[in-house]
Amino acid sequence: MGAMPGPPPIAVERLVKIYKTVPAVDGISFSLKAGSITGLLGGNGAGKTTTIATIMGLITPTSGRVTVLGAEMPKQRYRVLQRMNFESPYVEVPMRLTVRQNMIVFGRLYGVEDLGRRIAELGRQLDLTDLLDRPTGRLSAGQKTRVSLAKALINSPEVLLLDEPTASLDPDTADWVRAHLERYCRERQATLLLASHNMAEVERLCGRVIIMKRGRIEDDDTPAKLLARYGRRTLEEVFLDVARGGGIQSEAAQ
Amino acid sequence: MSGPAEGAYAVSPRRVGAMMLRYWYLLRSSWPRLLDLTYWPTVQMITWGFLQYYIANNAGFFARAGGTFIGAMLLWDILFRGQLGYSISFLEEMWSRNIGNLMMSPLRPIELILALMAMSVVRLAVGAVPVSFLAIGFFGFNLYGLGLALVAFFFNLMLTGWAIGIFVSGLILRNGMGAENFAWSIMFLFMPLTCVYYPVTTLPVWLQPVAWALPPTYVFEGMRELLIHHAFRGDLMIDALALNAALFAAGVFGFLRLLESARRNGALIQTGE
Repeated sequence: MGAMPGPPPIAVERLVKIYKTVPAVDGISFSLKAGSITGLLGGNGAGKTTTIATIMGLITPTSGRVTVLGAEMPKQRYRVLQRMNFESPYVEVPMRLTVRQNMIVFGRLYGVEDLGRRIAELGRQLDLTDLLDRPTGRLSAGQKTRVSLAKALINSPEVLLLDEPTASLDPDTADWVRAHLERYCRERQATLLLASHNMAEVERLCGRVIIMKRGRIEDDDTPAKLLARYGRRTLEEVFLDVARGGGIQSEAAQ
Repeated sequence: MSGPAEGAYAVSPRRVGAMMLRYWYLLRSSWPRLLDLTYWPTVQMITWGFLQYYIANNAGFFARAGGTFIGAMLLWDILFRGQLGYSISFLEEMWSRNIGNLMMSPLRPIELILALMAMSVVRLAVGAVPVSFLAIGFFGFNLYGLGLALVAFFFNLMLTGWAIGIFVSGLILRNGMGAENFAWSIMFLFMPLTCVYYPVTTLPVWLQPVAWALPPTYVFEGMRELLIHHAFRGDLMIDALALNAALFAAGVFGFLRLLESARRNGALIQTGE
């Protein structure tokens, strides 16, 4: 008899979030498999950030249920926050602290064992070794993004939520970051939920794409099936179809 | 959905220490921040010291009340710096847009409060201790001559400063940086009412109950009793402690409620104005 499967790393059930009278998320449901990489797409105001923040326990849902690694968010968040992490353009690591000091502080907050070894390891993996003792604020945008990523990986999270992880990066650095994330998820069997406006990034990384519009899920499938269903060659074209209300072009492909 | 999260009160010294380390790194990385800790208390001490010197030479009563003004100023600074030290460390998180990182980490709000309280003591020590020695050198006023009474004064004033700082932090979390001004100015509301530089009897009769509802009033009255009549009024300190216990509990409760409200309103991901 095989082992009972554990709870899904992320499960969202009929999630609703209304700010005063404005619905930001309107009854969405999805669950992610362990070790999967999923893209969360949508235009500005589609509800991606609210969804991710709710999964992190930073926002209390109006109704519905969000569980992470079996813990209900935000009520039971302290059971699992140590096993998850995130990166977002809405937050920054303190700029006056050196990279190493930031890693020490966050490493201790997350209870990382053998912290010195972990910092050295992340330094090597993210090409930060020579920058460890420099103030974070004096680094270039690409270097800062790598520091934010190092902070997000300091506790070797099982669940990783990234909001625009390669925004404002040059193509070379962005590609390098994607390759690292891909490798990390494969080796750690970590679950990654990625909000992005970069369709090429989503196509490359994600085995599944959830497209949101006005707080609802408009579509949810693998990139290949979405391309076939909409009769398009790129996810960007699919995204534009959804955003502009063009709908499905190729019924036969369904 | 309301109510505290499971394990919200499980305090870890490691996480509290991590936050203290974060603020210590920040403090030592910036000489303007260090200078700022001593600059204003020094200016205040010198101003009030000279005023005291002038009055002592021109009024018989104040000549007997040696050190009242400068003592009041130094104690006021403990109160003011206690609150400001707490609030500024908190504001550093808002200015650096790091509060989201902290709120999504295993750090409990209560641990953040403890770390901020501890750092306000560190900041006060860096700022006020040198100034207290300057007061001895310039005006011959030895704050430490107050002895054990100073411990009672200090503890009561810090408790008030923390209670106010904690509540103001909640206001900023809930309402964004538009509420930042409270951190800088709220203590000045207490200045006339807590009778820092004059006895409670100076106030109109109808306002005196308001003054007696504020813990620092007991400390400043106690200080005047000590300096003018050389009597330590333990009863005043016990009354102050009881009021402070209530005020501190209200501050923490208010902070946690405002944090919960910020979570409901999405304010934690919109920490700007």
